[in-house]
Amino acid sequence: MKSGSNLERVLEAGHFAVTVEIGPPMDCNPAEVVKKARLLKGLADAYNITDNQTAVVRMSSIAAAVLIAREGLEPVMQMSCRDRNRLAIQADILGACALGVKNCLCIAGDHQSFGAAGRLKGHPGAKNVYDVDSIQLVAILKGMRDDGVQQGGDPIEVRPPLFVGAAWTPLGDPVAIRPLRLKKKVAAGADFIQTQGVYDVPRFKEQMEAICDMGLHERTCILAGIIVPRSLGMLKYMNSSVAGVSIPESLIKRMAKARKSAGDNKKQASRNQAQEGINISVELIEQVREIPGVKGVHIQAIEWERRVPEILEKAGLLPRPMVPGKEKENGSEGEDHGG
Amino acid sequence: MIVAERKPLSEIRGFVENYHRILIAGCGTCTTVCLAGGEAEVKLVASALRISFLRDEKEVEVLEDCVTRQCEPEFVEKIDQRVKDEGVEAVVSLGCGVGVNFLAQTLETTPVFPGVNTEFFGAVVEPGVWQEMCAGCGNCILHLTGGICPIARCSKSLMNGPCGGSQDGKCEINPEVECGWALIVERMEKLGTLDSLEEIIPPRDWSTSHHGGPRKVVRQDVAPASAGKEGQAQ
Repeated sequence: MKSGSNLERVLEAGHFAVTVEIGPPMDCNPAEVVKKARLLKGLADAYNITDNQTAVVRMSSIAAAVLIAREGLEPVMQMSCRDRNRLAIQADILGACALGVKNCLCIAGDHQSFGAAGRLKGHPGAKNVYDVDSIQLVAILKGMRDDGVQQGGDPIEVRPPLFVGAAWTPLGDPVAIRPLRLKKKVAAGADFIQTQGVYDVPRFKEQMEAICDMGLHERTCILAGIIVPRSLGMLKYMNSSVAGVSIPESLIKRMAKARKSAGDNKKQASRNQAQEGINISVELIEQVREIPGVKGVHIQAIEWERRVPEILEKAGLLPRPMVPGKEKENGSEGEDHGG
Repeated sequence: MIVAERKPLSEIRGFVENYHRILIAGCGTCTTVCLAGGEAEVKLVASALRISFLRDEKEVEVLEDCVTRQCEPEFVEKIDQRVKDEGVEAVVSLGCGVGVNFLAQTLETTPVFPGVNTEFFGAVVEPGVWQEMCAGCGNCILHLTGGICPIARCSKSLMNGPCGGSQDGKCEINPEVECGWALIVERMEKLGTLDSLEEIIPPRDWSTSHHGGPRKVVRQDVAPASAGKEGQAQ
């Protein structure tokens, strides 16, 4: 065991893992985080806490991770390379580990010009950092954990026991480079991978075949991303504007049909689309589960966490397995999981 | 070349409107080639300022000059001499930021204002279009990336391949911006060297860039014995 985290134990025991994303609020209200935590407790093996996602200032991922850990949920703290240099990153990693965080997902982070794709002001005039990239960050965390050294070479007496993750966009452009990108992340030390949202299952399957041919599925645990669609508009937006997300016409037609079926009743149209979005999500989970090399799913129901229980229930992913830690690993915080 | 763009006339006027005799100093090298601060632009800015001052009945005499380079003493000294000889109260430099700095350092007591915004090191990719291509980071790695710089041309300066935001060859920040890594991948595919990208490039030592502090290159074979003991050229 590298970290003894619940996520690591579940994956190690061969269970199909479930992680769910929790977006921290844009203020300092802990009740928001606690509310989401209580809603989602027991539904997943670990919960990703995003780090200034879409380049919008939110409660820090470390703080929100600790808040959910206090509620008995295990966090996957996200760490973006956009906002911190290697000093700040390593200091925050040591701090987070001191507070009991055991999983960290390393990401480059959306560019600061992104600002929630224009829906919020954000901070487009900010100076970014990108001192290290996400692959280098994975290697840094692995070095801190396995070799007990900081990136600069100074020793670490008590090493951070982290389960180290990275993101992967299997269908991002240029597609030809994507398997190689994953190979680099695995070589750098990624213990688990969470993918960009999958809608085009056949194309994702093709990429997974390439990954299995390279043997990468045995060296890391790949969790397929499931972004829960709420409406036709959201599907169309993601298809046209979210890099690496391509949505088959058949799904767009299904959602259009769901909306149309309500006639002029807008509320009903919204309900129909929400239901169809949930149906689609459940089907996607079932489909990716059949793909060799996929070890779990990562559910992103952006500001729509309340529908996650229904999705996981319908997908047959509940209850979550209990995999006790070995005594010598002395795991404690965040592991009285699933209540 | 160093690429610059002229500042708006209103901004330049704001710098100098309270002086009586000003000099617009162009540069015959980079800012001439990028059409921001050469002889033609000196004439243009000077004329526009004269008209603007005349309209407001302000008595400001606007002198013009353009030297070969504002980044070498032999040329900058000419401006210095003129400032002294002709009682120039303020200078607007249409050279790049280097020119402004160097003039300011040379002129000592005469204020020097920037007439252009200095942008980047770039090339003319088509008439009227300049593209950033080098970040001047002090430790070139272009041999690893097919001759296309990920530091200058990737919005995140990523060293190990494209992020998830690359779409149809464009960057996530703007569909007008090419994805630097898409260019690198395309180029290395053509060269048949794509496999070499498998190697993980470790975190960079940014101390060779501005992050290591202001830099200096000293060539002992050219420099007088007194020149910089530190920061010697390798």
